[in-house]
Formats: sequence, structure tokens, C-alpha cells
Amino acid sequence: MKPIILLPAVALLIAAPFGLKPYGIYLLSLWAVMTIAAIGLNLTLGYAGQISLAQGSFVGIGAYIAALMTTQGWPLGVAFAAAIVLCFIIGWLLGYPALRVAHHYLAFVTLSFATLVFLVLRNEEWLTKGVYGISGIPRPALLGWSTNAPLDFYFFCLVILALVSAATGWLIRSPWGRAFTALRENPMRASSLGVDTRRYTLMAFALGSALGGVAGVLYAPLVQFIEPTAFALGLSLNLLLMVIVGGAGRFFGPFIGAAVSVLLPEWLRFSEGLYLMLYAVFVMLLLAFCPSGLLGLGERARKSWKPFSKSAN
Amino acid sequence: METLLEVRELRKSFGGIGAVNGVSFAVHEGEILGLIGPNGSGKSTLFNCILGQLAPSSGEVRVDGRPITGMRPCDLNRLGISRTFQLLQVFPQLSVRENLLLAGQEHQGSMWSRLAGPKDAGLTAAANRMIEFFRLEALADERAGALSYGQQKLLDVAMAFMAGPRLVLLDEPAGGVNPTMLAGLRERLRAINAAERATFVVIEHNMEFVMSLCTRILVLAEGRIIAQGAPQEIRSDRGVIEAYLGS
Repeated sequence: MKPIILLPAVALLIAAPFGLKPYGIYLLSLWAVMTIAAIGLNLTLGYAGQISLAQGSFVGIGAYIAALMTTQGWPLGVAFAAAIVLCFIIGWLLGYPALRVAHHYLAFVTLSFATLVFLVLRNEEWLTKGVYGISGIPRPALLGWSTNAPLDFYFFCLVILALVSAATGWLIRSPWGRAFTALRENPMRASSLGVDTRRYTLMAFALGSALGGVAGVLYAPLVQFIEPTAFALGLSLNLLLMVIVGGAGRFFGPFIGAAVSVLLPEWLRFSEGLYLMLYAVFVMLLLAFCPSGLLGLGERARKSWKPFSKSAN
Repeated sequence: METLLEVRELRKSFGGIGAVNGVSFAVHEGEILGLIGPNGSGKSTLFNCILGQLAPSSGEVRVDGRPITGMRPCDLNRLGISRTFQLLQVFPQLSVRENLLLAGQEHQGSMWSRLAGPKDAGLTAAANRMIEFFRLEALADERAGALSYGQQKLLDVAMAFMAGPRLVLLDEPAGGVNPTMLAGLRERLRAINAAERATFVVIEHNMEFVMSLCTRILVLAEGRIIAQGAPQEIRSDRGVIEAYLGS
């Protein structure tokens, strides 16, 4: 995207929390965290075309790693490294079924995995403390900068989001991004052109899952108390919705989708109990009329605007 | 002439029905071999078995005397064996140039060097040469999905040549291409054959195209080779005429 749009957007994100109450800042931080998880899923689903209903489980794995390690006195940086490595490996293994099945069958395979992770988080009390959850998760301090206050922690999330965005942006503009797209559009043709579809499929799962882990490591100190239900199927479905509502396979899709998912319910609060219904109707209308998501809608609007501006010249 | 590709007693059956029933032939370096036969005679299945899209039921395929049966399509492609499919197969969301970059990028370096290296994998110049060769200059930055059928077909063929393959299997390259464009395609194929000593096997129903392009022709009917020889011999072969007319 052009710097003319990007720079004001970044400025807005930096200015946004000032003047907000702690709850508003919490929502912004949650947006940043969910965006990271959705960026990961967008890589797996949007670019490489592999459906996953388990992204929330990787957020959960990351969050529990962070919670368990930081409450034992380990620095958050180590938790980041552990979560990235572990989620990468588990994601790689989860990719193997994708080599055999696709589409809704793959959705069910990943759904089973999500259920499995939830059961482990709930039942293996010796590790996860089960339904009691883990509380008192500390926020990190970096070189003397404590991120205890909501505002500081928001900026910490924003920095991680910036790093993740830069890395993902590099990746999808590299030959890998092209190979992922080819994998999504026509795996048979891709392999006949030398693309090792097996390796790229596994890589798409592993990288997407690792980013889910990164989001989880941020989520734990954000909410400071985690319990298994937060990472049940609902979160995975919500992340899937973020990717699709924003625009799957578009770089900025997850940013928009996460904003809709995190902020819209708050704006619709005036409607009291109706807000989930309004959100549901909104999603149905969007997908019926513009399956390419909000960014697709934006592109369409821009294209239909162009002929006018040209004829004006 | 050196034997480049050798197919021995290849068989493929689908649930008891034999699609390819013991086919043996050799392709020599630099030749343009035509593969013709009525619909359902097993031509495309034969291609799919040679190139790993399908696993043959029995038989063997060798390249340079080395068995390649059971190898994955991507590994075969990196050995310098390329193909096009009967139905058009370009990546509609990628631009024409991106389609070509993709077709070349996996042939150099490792996966990691591709991630760290330049966005175009250093192939823009090669892609542009290919675009120029197939006269797609005006469309280089268009999405492939926005091209006409004939233009997509040219791109499809161009992609098969992007990595400089030694052997290219073309499945109905002339299907749905208008006569003017077809003459151009034939000239391009001849030029590549002459300049790079690239070897082709061409499946085609357009007899005029096959007869004028190929140096040798194999005729397949019901999964068996029923005739082979120079174009003029095939034209007058009784068995071939019968297979086509079903007398």
C-alpha cells in the first residue's frame, strides 16, 4: 500500500489511545493482538488456501506458555521464542492431514485438533490448572521500560504488530508469497512447475500457527488471567471471520477484520442484546454481496469511481 | 540420436478398465513427437503417468536411462521435464509476469535463499524475454485471468518453457486457439526446438497442426499404439483411418 495511506494510519494508531479510558486502550491492545493471530491465519487460509479452524488453539498454546513461564519468573522474550518454536512444530504436524484432504474435510481435521487442545487445557490440571485458570500474569519490562500501565502495554503490542506486519509483508512479496498463491489457485499446475506443494503447505500451516502463538504470548499479559474457555472453538471461528470479513488473501484484510470483530460489538452496545444479531446480519450481507470482504468492497468502490474521475479530466 | 525419454510397457487401469494398455515408445533428443488418437484413447492418461500426476499400474518410465516412475511432479519438473495441461492452467490472480516468475523461481537456489533473495528471484529479465517471445508485451502486468482464452493459452505454453526444460509435453496446445495465433504458436515451438534442442511430445487433435509441426507421430487407440511413423505415412495408414472413423 502507498505511504500516503500507510503513514496516516500509523499516526492514527499511535495517537488513538491518548484520551481513552483504560477500557478503550484495552480494546485497542486486543485489536493489535487479534490482528497478529488473524495475519497468521490469513497466511494459511488467505494466501495458501488451507482452511484451519484451529487458529484460536495456537493463541491458547502461546498464552499458556507465556502464563506458565512468566509466572515462574521467566522473561516474556523466552516465552516468545518457546511459543514460536512449539507452535511452528505443531502447526507443521497439523499440516500433514492437509496433504491428503482439502476444504471442508480439512476444516473438520483442524476442528478436531481445536477440540483436543481445549480438552488438554481444561483437563490436564497438573500443567494448566484446568478451569481455575492462571492469574497474576505479569506484564513485561524491557530495558527498564515497564509496560504495566495500559498505555505502555498497548505500545508494546503495537511494536510487535509492526514487526509481524513487516515480516509477513516481506514474506508475501517474496517468491514464497507467489508459491503460496499458486498453491491456493491450482496445486496441480504449481507442482508441475516445480513448486514443492508439500513443503509449502506445511510451511503455510507452520508459519500461520507460529503467529497464532505470538498473539497468545501477548494475550496472556494483556488480560493477566487466562482460562481454557477463552481458547475454545469460538475464538477460532472468530479469527476465521476476521480474515474473511476483512478480505482473505489481502495484506490489510486482518487489520480491518479484527477491528470489525473487536470494536463493532462495542459500538453496537447501544442496541443492548441485539448487537450480536446485528453483527450476524452484517456478516451475512457482506458475504452475500461481497465475498472478497471489506477490502474487496473498497476495491470495487474505487474501480467504479475511476471511470468518473477519468472522464472528468 | 540420444534417447531422452523411454516408456516401457506402461499400463494404467481405473477400476478394471484399462486406459493405457502396455505402451512402449522412446523419444529422441531434439525431436517433435506427435501423439494422436481418438477421444478416450489414453493420451492424457499417458502424459499423467509419465509426469507423476497419476501413478501407473505397471511399467516404467526412464529419462536418460534413469527410472523416474513414481517421482513427484515437482521433482520431475526440476529435472527439466515440463508440461502443459489439456485444460488451460494459468494462475488467474497473478499477473502475466508473475505467472512466469513462478514458473521459473523453484528451479534455482534453496527455499531459504528464495525467501531472503530478491522478490523476482532474479528472473524479471528472463520473464520479459519470454513475454516478448510470445508477444504478450502489452499484457505483461495484466492479471492472467483477464486475458482472452488464446492469450492465456500462449501464457500457459510460455510458463512450460520458462525454466528452459529439455523435454516438454504439450497436451492440446492448439485447442481453442484461433488460426492466426496458431501459426504464431507453431513458429514459436519450432524456434525453441531449433535454438535450444528442446524435445517435445505434442498431443493434438488439429491434424494440420500436428502434421506440419511433428517429425514423427504415434497413434494411440484404446490405450495401445496402433501405428507410428512420419506424418505422411500416418496420413495413409489404414489402421489409423479405421480407428478414427470407427469402421
